[in-house]
Amino acid sequence: MNAQRASRVIGAEAVAVKGWLRAHKWLLARRVSQLSILALFLLGPLAGIWIVKGNLSFSYTLDILPLTDPYLFLQVLLTRHLPETRAVIGAVIVLTFYLLIGGRVFCGWVCPVNMVTDAAAWLRQRFGIKGGAHVSRATRYWILALTLALALGTGTLAWELVNPVSMLHRSLIFGLGAAWVVILVIFLFDIFVMNDGWCGHLCPMGAFYGLLGKVSLVRVVAAKRADCNDCMDCFAVCPEPQVIRPALKSVGGAGPVIRAAGCTNCGRCIDICAKDVFTFGTRFNKQAEKVSAPAQKMAAACE
Amino acid sequence: MDARKSGKPAASRRQFLLDAARMTCGVGLLGVGVGLYATQAKALPPLALRPPGAIKEREFLGACVRCGLCVRDCPYNILSLAKPEEPVATGTPYFVARQVPCEMCEDIPCVKACPTGALDHALTDITKSKMGLAVLVDEENCLNFLGLRCEICYRICPLIDKAITLEQQLNARTGKHALFIPVVHSDACTGCGKCEAGCPLEVAAIKVYPIELAKGEPGKHYRLGWVEQQKAGHSLVAPDAQHQYNLPEGMRYESGKGLIPGGEAPPPGAPPAPPRALQGGQL
Repeated sequence: MNAQRASRVIGAEAVAVKGWLRAHKWLLARRVSQLSILALFLLGPLAGIWIVKGNLSFSYTLDILPLTDPYLFLQVLLTRHLPETRAVIGAVIVLTFYLLIGGRVFCGWVCPVNMVTDAAAWLRQRFGIKGGAHVSRATRYWILALTLALALGTGTLAWELVNPVSMLHRSLIFGLGAAWVVILVIFLFDIFVMNDGWCGHLCPMGAFYGLLGKVSLVRVVAAKRADCNDCMDCFAVCPEPQVIRPALKSVGGAGPVIRAAGCTNCGRCIDICAKDVFTFGTRFNKQAEKVSAPAQKMAAACE
Repeated sequence: MDARKSGKPAASRRQFLLDAARMTCGVGLLGVGVGLYATQAKALPPLALRPPGAIKEREFLGACVRCGLCVRDCPYNILSLAKPEEPVATGTPYFVARQVPCEMCEDIPCVKACPTGALDHALTDITKSKMGLAVLVDEENCLNFLGLRCEICYRICPLIDKAITLEQQLNARTGKHALFIPVVHSDACTGCGKCEAGCPLEVAAIKVYPIELAKGEPGKHYRLGWVEQQKAGHSLVAPDAQHQYNLPEGMRYESGKGLIPGGEAPPPGAPPAPPRALQGGQL
């Protein structure tokens, strides 16, 4: 393992073949997206330019476009409160958006915690920190169920008292307070206790958007999976590596579309692959099926 | 992994049960923690006031999504969202009257901004809002109670002479001056907190409390006789029978003077019959 590690750096091949910029284009696009969304929210309180008011829980853009977090909206409904029309419209818009563009696109492209946990993951890799607690990635779905049960049981938005995602975003815009402690805990937890701990194993918000992603339109497609040279870079760089194998290796005759809920459509695999195996496509990607047909035949022949 | 394929169903089942138990315990632990915290967070500290139109605190904590639009649309920057370390449910809007009271805007922008109805859109008249209720808590230090004519709470009240009135009383200390006692009327007070903010004492003698804390409530069966009488338009009990006195022989009674010896004349209108107690030889 160490020898292999020493011989090749993850992503070096992609940089050599495609150039640094093309090997990082989706990462750069994501950072631009995350930072500009945050900047839009901050423009009001810091510069007095009110394009967007509110935060990720509910926002009002140019006094016309309402956007409601559907996960929070669901919890409000479970407390047996029916919100005003504006919040309902906002929830429908956001829900539709993520059903089109990919559920966990929220995690990879919008959520401010992603930058924190990405930094933690980078440090973890940089310093070769291995091991830690092993918890099933399905835990987040249980926590999701728990948060919904708490809303139903207590009649209050109980999870919002501790939800680090909304807490970080809210506190960046409305005043930091002690929220930085919560974020620091998550940062350190991801470095020392669990690899991809918060986003990959625990966060119920990610779990909720992941469930949307199961039926969402835009997906990563291993379109040229026949070209795969098993360098394993995509597995190394993916925060949810379990989602790649079925599509890339046609496990159980699976198509090339990554359908798993965990995929955040972050595009890291697209960037890192020197063979350009992956691309963004739709879940009904017929063209990809044709391209990958030889690979399936090969796989069948090998068996 | 599959029990049938592995050929070791017992071990696999055991592992499955262990994993399930681990998951249930871990998530359950989190649930108990957050659940208990949520129960505690239902208690709003008395000095934190919700914006106008806030529905009942319990329901508010389910309805408010902590977006902060009420904070943004408040033209006087009175509201803030609770930070995690503050004793108010994280992210919910509140203000502290002593620091900055509500200016009671006529168009109530904070309520209009609320997307969920945690601030009730049915509130269109700010004078009908009930953010809390002012209570003159410290009669020992209130300057008006001491006989001075401070009256700031009365003068500063946006609903002067409705929410706070001055009631005259005799100043027993001097014997010749008047006390002008500020009296809060709960039907008019909106709980805006201007009085509390304006009180010149080091610590305010008049404070705005949540209504549940500030107000008493009589038993559901309790009726005020005089109110009922007014409603009915007549007395609700039979008219009082003429009172009879059983006076000693040769005495008469006059109100204020007591028994008067040798009095012959019975009170006018008294029946001539002997006292009832003496009838039938019983005493």
